[in-house]
Amino acid sequence: MNEPVSTADSGASRVIDTRGTFCPVPIIETARAVRDMAAGDVLLVLGSDPGIESDMPAWCRATRNELLSLSRDGVRLEARIRKSAPSAGER
Amino acid sequence: MAAPRAKAIGMISGGLDSTLALKLIQDQGVEVKAINFYTGFCITETQRRLGGRSRDGKIPRNEALRAGADLGVEVELVDISASGYLDIVANPRYGYGANANPCVDCRIFMMAEARKIMEREGADFVFTGEVLGQRPKSQRRDTLALIEKQSGLSGRLLRPLSAKLLPPTLAEQEGKVDRERLLGISGRGRKDQIELAARLGVTDYPQPAGGCCFLTDEAFGRKFHDLLDHRDVRKIERDEIVLLATGRHFRIAERVKLVVGRTEGENLVLERFADGRRWRLDTPAHLGPLALVEGEPDYDQRVLASRIVARYGKGRSEDTVQVRWTRGDEEDAFEVPPLGEDAGLEAIRV
Repeated sequence: MNEPVSTADSGASRVIDTRGTFCPVPIIETARAVRDMAAGDVLLVLGSDPGIESDMPAWCRATRNELLSLSRDGVRLEARIRKSAPSAGER
Repeated sequence: MAAPRAKAIGMISGGLDSTLALKLIQDQGVEVKAINFYTGFCITETQRRLGGRSRDGKIPRNEALRAGADLGVEVELVDISASGYLDIVANPRYGYGANANPCVDCRIFMMAEARKIMEREGADFVFTGEVLGQRPKSQRRDTLALIEKQSGLSGRLLRPLSAKLLPPTLAEQEGKVDRERLLGISGRGRKDQIELAARLGVTDYPQPAGGCCFLTDEAFGRKFHDLLDHRDVRKIERDEIVLLATGRHFRIAERVKLVVGRTEGENLVLERFADGRRWRLDTPAHLGPLALVEGEPDYDQRVLASRIVARYGKGRSEDTVQVRWTRGDEEDAFEVPPLGEDAGLEAIRV
């Protein structure tokens, strides 16, 4: 069973749990969450899709959000993302 | 004062054609927002769910995200799997291609969604990586025009790789895109695109060409049509897509179907569907597959399903194997001889 993780425990501004979903759902959920966050806020993404290890860096690269860490413990994956400030053209 | 920069919505799969189309439009100084539609029929999703690997032995990657990252463009993944998309897949106005692919209806649906995004974003046009004549049904000259009209994108749908072979779009007429810098590629070959990729410095793209859509897959298509052909109403639920992509399927009777797991990963997926609506079959005394039965089988059909399940387990060489049936609080068991090699199994395999 998946254990819940709170924002207080994780140090992140927001936590989303995508465990049990697979490409592209974890990235869709991540994009939705980041959209509602303020620049500088940190999102913790929990996942079990091994493809997150390639998808998350690609998504962060394209969106210019900062991938602070990406770790794997067995089937459990954790990604920490800091939302970037919008560029001049996006404001 | 300089003219405002043109903006476009690019429909990107991450394949070679859409990557080149993106690069061609980007190189004209057009601001691009890329989108990729999630339909639920995604092969990569199922491969990952089942623990599968690509031909190179790696975990299958999301090519649209990778292409966007390579070209510095954000790709918005647009989830249409829960909308009316499944209705058009089950009841396409323009029919199916070779398998379960309703490509014309699908393109119209997606491009209508792209039009909404174009309007929301204040963009000037939508572009795709489509190539005239590349696909026998959805990329003929007449169907390209039909898709453009039916999606409400008349004059605003640009196919950069084949643009010179098609009527000029508004973006070309208004000078937002230079038609001379677009291409006139047609047909099924990839030679022109591979040469162009080398010229443009596009080096990372999936090999061979193909899509991420189960609906174009022959085996999936058989299971898809079998499912809908045995229903009173042609309707498919989102969850059922995963089940169609998993296991060996056998049509035991008009309203009875057996699904047998082929791998440990498939057994785990099937376990999720043993939710009280379907019979769950296993062989407690032998290592073997997990199987599901949909419908209300009679005695003979239960025996046949049990013998098939026994055939695929470690007890296949035994005289008899016990097959356990459970569904919610209901339980049953059959001691059966595993089905032999020449038992006509292929006749009922979907």
